[in-house]
Amino acid sequence: MTIAVIDYGMGNLRSVQRALEHAGGRDVRVTDDPGVIRAAERVVFPGQGAVRDCMSALHQGALVDVIAEVVDTRPFLGICMGMQALMTRSEENQGTAALDHFAGTVRHFAALTAGDVAKKIPHMGWNRVEQTRDHPLWRGIEDGERFYFVHSYYVAPSDAAIVTGQSHYGGPFAAAIGRGNVFATQFHPEKSQQPGLRLLRNFIAWDGAACS
Amino acid sequence: MALARRIIPCLDIDAGRVVKGVKFVDIRDAGDPVEIARRYDEAGADELTFLDITASHEQRETLVHVVEAVADEVFIPLTVGGGIRAVADVRRMLNAGADKVAINTAAIHEPELVQEAAERFGSQCIVVAVDAKRRGGTDDAPRWEVYTHGGRRPTGLDAVDWAARMAAAGAGELLVTSMDRDGTRIGFDNELNRAISDRAGVPMIASGGVGNLQHLVDGVIDGHADAVLAASIFHFGEYRIDQAKDFMAAAGIEVRR
Repeated sequence: MTIAVIDYGMGNLRSVQRALEHAGGRDVRVTDDPGVIRAAERVVFPGQGAVRDCMSALHQGALVDVIAEVVDTRPFLGICMGMQALMTRSEENQGTAALDHFAGTVRHFAALTAGDVAKKIPHMGWNRVEQTRDHPLWRGIEDGERFYFVHSYYVAPSDAAIVTGQSHYGGPFAAAIGRGNVFATQFHPEKSQQPGLRLLRNFIAWDGAACS
Repeated sequence: MALARRIIPCLDIDAGRVVKGVKFVDIRDAGDPVEIARRYDEAGADELTFLDITASHEQRETLVHVVEAVADEVFIPLTVGGGIRAVADVRRMLNAGADKVAINTAAIHEPELVQEAAERFGSQCIVVAVDAKRRGGTDDAPRWEVYTHGGRRPTGLDAVDWAARMAAAGAGELLVTSMDRDGTRIGFDNELNRAISDRAGVPMIASGGVGNLQHLVDGVIDGHADAVLAASIFHFGEYRIDQAKDFMAAAGIEVRR
């Protein structure tokens, strides 16, 4: 079973690859080749950095079309920037259009933490994730478990029903979203020790169907 | 407040081995980095920091291999510092498996490097390390000066101003080491930590001087640290990470357990 990790030149892809292998992935390929991504049975869309650079790298690498294709057709996991890029648009870099797989906006944390100087930005470290919806990717993970986050922007989906996990920093925000065969996390499962590895193991075992 | 304060063991690396200097002079060998990293991961460390104190270029190559080997087995955030001078160095360390790089001396010689690296890789992976030493001044408010080269060279820069400037330039986190306290085991310089933490707006890691668990608590409560970094109290088995977390939790600090 091939898992493609989309390489568009941003983020620590080696960590994602090694964590997937550690979680039982047999054939994990870090790739920017649309053909390899299209042929993979599962796709992971990781990422760090700024959304404008992310989007321009995706366009340059002719990856937008292949992502649009695979995001509808097989188990697909977005991580951090890979979650944000699935939204309609981001406030980052004076406003940037994103992939629009999910309706909603990516907002700066100051909108949630305003006035509280003790709430540093980026939101960095281990925060609790409440599982707001049952999902195969939460299997074996305690509700309220801590995962590792590092981000300055958060996802505000138009449809609250896609939120599968919620965290609090200044206010509540979407820590994970999912619909159909797509699951995406704001936290980094590849850096979240045992709970993160468990989520990746669940992804590897997942057939792409959500719980009812 | 659900975000946990972090405990970060720091591994000083020389020629591929973990060492810990007392005031950067008296070095004792504490062992193999991969083994130690794995042990800390299992023990519940929230992150790991590797500081390369190697002088030679060849040994820097060794560090890249150390980072690769650790990243293959340890799934918590890894920060690597020491000898990061250019965007290419940042890229190499991130590709080797580091999640963040700490930039110190190069940020002073070439402040644009921080901005350039943050724009290229994102603020979340750029840590600016500030080594600060308290300056005289008896009458007025305390001041600290930034030092480079392991605390040997003064720069004339005010540490609090410098930290704020680096945060504005794109540093996503600050690693603040008191050169007066480093290796002394008498606790952090929390006046310094608080001044920087309250001003900079980005997460701040307190470093330098930890001798017991109360010092970790003081770092958070008095120093407003988002994370506390320590080496020798953990390396030589005086305290375990879980003991440290229990102690901090008992003091009302949120930790990950």
